Amino acid sequence: MSRFIELKNHQREIYYFRLRLVLSLGFVAVMLLILLGRFFYLQVIRHGYFHTMAESNRIYVVPIVPNRGLLLDRNGVVMAQNYSGYTLEIAPNKVADIDALIAELSQLVTITPRDIKRFKKMLTERQALETMPLRSQLSDEEVARLSAQQFRFPGVEIKARLFREYPFSDVTSHLIGYVGRINQNDIDQLTQDEIASNYLGSDYIGKTGVEQSYERELHGTTGFEQVEIDAGGRAVRVLSRTAPLSGSNVVLTLDSKLQEVAEEAFGDYRGALVALDPTNGEVLAFISKPGYDPSLFIDGIDTETWDELNNSPDTPLNNRALRGQYPPGSTIKPFMALAGLHYNTRSPSTSIRDPGYFLLPGSRHQYRDWKTGGHGGVDLFKSIVVSCDTYYYGLATEMGIENMHSYLTSFGFGKKTGLDMEGETSGLMPSTEWKAKRYNQLWFPGDTVSAGIGQGYNLVTPLQLAFATATLANDGVAFKPHLVREIRPVKGAAVPTETRQLFDLQINPEHIKLVKSAMEAVTKPGGTAAGAGYGVAYRMAGKTGTAQVIAIKQGEKYDEKKVSEYNRDHAWFIAFAPADKPRIALAVLAENGGHGSSTAAPIARKVMDYYLLGKVPQPLKKVAEKAVSEDD
Amino acid sequence: MNARQLKQRLMLHLDPVLLAGLGGFMLVSLVLLYSASDGSWVRVLAQLGNIVVAFAAMWLVANMPLHWLMRIAVPMYVLGMILLLGVMTPLGVNSHGATRWLNIGVATIQPSELMKIAVPLMMAWYFEKNEASLKLRNYFIAAVLLVLPVGLIAKQPDLGTAILIAASGFYVLFLAGLSWRVMIGGAVAGLASAPFLWSALHDYQRHRILMLLDPSQDALGKGYHTIQGMIAVGSGGVLGKGYLNGTQTHLDFLPERTTDFIFAVWSEEFGLIGNLLLLGLYVFVIGRGFIITANASTYFTRLMAGSITLTFFTYAFVNMGMVSGILPVVGVPLPLISYGGTSMLTLMLGFGMLMSIHTHKKLVKS
Repeated sequence: MSRFIELKNHQREIYYFRLRLVLSLGFVAVMLLILLGRFFYLQVIRHGYFHTMAESNRIYVVPIVPNRGLLLDRNGVVMAQNYSGYTLEIAPNKVADIDALIAELSQLVTITPRDIKRFKKMLTERQALETMPLRSQLSDEEVARLSAQQFRFPGVEIKARLFREYPFSDVTSHLIGYVGRINQNDIDQLTQDEIASNYLGSDYIGKTGVEQSYERELHGTTGFEQVEIDAGGRAVRVLSRTAPLSGSNVVLTLDSKLQEVAEEAFGDYRGALVALDPTNGEVLAFISKPGYDPSLFIDGIDTETWDELNNSPDTPLNNRALRGQYPPGSTIKPFMALAGLHYNTRSPSTSIRDPGYFLLPGSRHQYRDWKTGGHGGVDLFKSIVVSCDTYYYGLATEMGIENMHSYLTSFGFGKKTGLDMEGETSGLMPSTEWKAKRYNQLWFPGDTVSAGIGQGYNLVTPLQLAFATATLANDGVAFKPHLVREIRPVKGAAVPTETRQLFDLQINPEHIKLVKSAMEAVTKPGGTAAGAGYGVAYRMAGKTGTAQVIAIKQGEKYDEKKVSEYNRDHAWFIAFAPADKPRIALAVLAENGGHGSSTAAPIARKVMDYYLLGKVPQPLKKVAEKAVSEDD
Repeated sequence: MNARQLKQRLMLHLDPVLLAGLGGFMLVSLVLLYSASDGSWVRVLAQLGNIVVAFAAMWLVANMPLHWLMRIAVPMYVLGMILLLGVMTPLGVNSHGATRWLNIGVATIQPSELMKIAVPLMMAWYFEKNEASLKLRNYFIAAVLLVLPVGLIAKQPDLGTAILIAASGFYVLFLAGLSWRVMIGGAVAGLASAPFLWSALHDYQRHRILMLLDPSQDALGKGYHTIQGMIAVGSGGVLGKGYLNGTQTHLDFLPERTTDFIFAVWSEEFGLIGNLLLLGLYVFVIGRGFIITANASTYFTRLMAGSITLTFFTYAFVNMGMVSGILPVVGVPLPLISYGGTSMLTLMLGFGMLMSIHTHKKLVKS
């Protein structure tokens, strides 16, 4: 009986299986009919149409490159624009022997070996259905000569193209960046982002700076034309056209005049300056000096110029403001002071005796103050005004590196600020954990001592320090620093960048008031930046700093004249103004500038004078620096 | 052993009918490749090499007894999954924005090709193991066995292969008797949730889907392929332009003409008549596959044979649909004809299994 059921089940199963098989057969039949129907439609009903398309027409889809958006400063001054010029282009699939063609063309116009090399490289990289530029920026005379002879060269075209131009050249090179020819890496990246087809006709792509970070907005949407071409590859008739959409204009937060003033103020010094609006994070000036001529890079830089730039001891290609990492030196002191107040390590009125050096308990190693003999009795206010090292050696030691690390990190030290530009470095805020990981070493008490005055392992970027200064100026409320104020698309309304509050440290108002007043006193007689603050028409607050480039041995004294120029100390100055209602906060670094007071602070003064008073600077009056002649 | 005996021994597990059909495809492939590569022999000879290798592999598989197939199912599936996961590690090789290959030191391999065989094999094995007491739960587990590799492959992204493997697995489920209620319920649920899914997507994700459905939006990218393919097919007319005379093919308008778009070459040069002949050839091979399936002796072999046959058809349908502009361009070659050794090898391994299923059953009977 049971065997019978099993058999019957098996038969039923086969029956059901075959039923499903027949159903699949039906499915196959229906699909085949669909295909047949489609073939019939294409090959019989629409045959005439497709026959014409294939036979009498040679139809190409030609990309139309959109105009790249302009870059404008906050007042509408053009920072990057386009100009049209003529290029000599070749459609490679219409030419049998490219080398022979180039040889013939070079009889008519100058074609350098570099042009040929670049063209050959492009041949292997781009799709064959477009024309490729062999030479750009033809002179009028060359255009005339070529046009007259063009009939001889099927596949050769003279095209009007747009080129990029940077009116401010090296003044804004590190901020604006540049566009350059699309290379294989770019193509791979575009393919990965699935926007490669939008770049079919494009030659250029943003490589650095704002040109890179706002590439998507600036590029626009490529249009295309279906064109009928003759046997020579020339377009005879446009069948359909989808217009390109120009890229958006990008309005920067930058004030180009301020940028120029700042650049000028550096004189012959190398260095960096970042100025922010503390109330919203807008970048007002962004200097990395020396800059370079961005136009060199647009069509590929030649080897000699590249070597020259790349091997220069002044490193003009290094974006110091964004990527340069320096010890903050004494500019860390206002933040240290806030940390000391926060953890109650120091009260506002606590005074210490400064004999001119600091000793760790049980050690005879002297950590020296910059001022031989010391500052005498020093409270928190004075410690900032005269930049007393001994005060901070002790404060750091008592506070401990972990508290220091935690408080300064909350201010943004050791972290990227998130500026809308690629390649930012994060600086370094050391901790015991970090040292264990990095060097597999214990944290020594001496490490804390030097960290207290911003030396040792500490590293900041000028951008980071400007950000921290702006945060301090704004009473602990930080806004995300940004370079772009507004995106203006061709169609539709402008899109303003949203001001983003990053954090609010909720600093005790008493603490911030004290530190700010001390920083204001820095620029007054008796302060380390009294010279730069002389005769200032608004309330300016600041702090000087010096970053050591080479270590000075115990018992020796640093002598500026004795060390070579590139080993001299870097000069720092951070500042904000007006002190009661800050509108600008900045960090200035003058590489190998020696003391913050004498080189960096005057630069800051000129920038602020222009921004707050509209005063175009003249050489500052020489002031006898009475109370304080040097800091650190 | 004399020559006749040797021949008998060699042919013992081959199915002459199927063999004739496959031979027909190989012939078409070589003839067409010669035209598609503008009279160059390079690809024709290379494809000939692919064919020899593929036939040898088919012969080997055809001679494998059925319990061997059962035995390799699980190891093959597990290996395939490991390799697929390996693609996501730094050993994966990225090319043109997709990470489909795995660098194993001596060569790069494409694990998803292995899964074309391994997935239906594994599912058929699973159903065979649980044949006595099939419950809804078993179908669910089989579906999971399918969804895992398909998800990984779609993520690479390799939509074409993912669709084919999904189809092959679905055929196993269907033939294994997945209840209509579940299928209809699934379809209804899918349709009903579509609007919600759509609104949950990011703008750029929606854009990608729209691009896939309407290639003319991307006339410079994939849309270019479709437009040129349709012109080639349509301009072929009823009789075609004649062998080696296709203008789309020979004037460089047709992209990928030795691989994914080779059907456009055939269509342009041989017209509607040629298309009918080619479809006839497919019907012949698929018909034979159905007969083998219907007569297969075990649950496992029935499912496997059915899935192989239907997947082969799906392959052809998706490719022709894509070239003639009714399906989005997803990158599926024309089975047994497009240039390329890997897909030819996997397909022929499948046909080897069909032959093994057919011939070994006969031996058991006698």
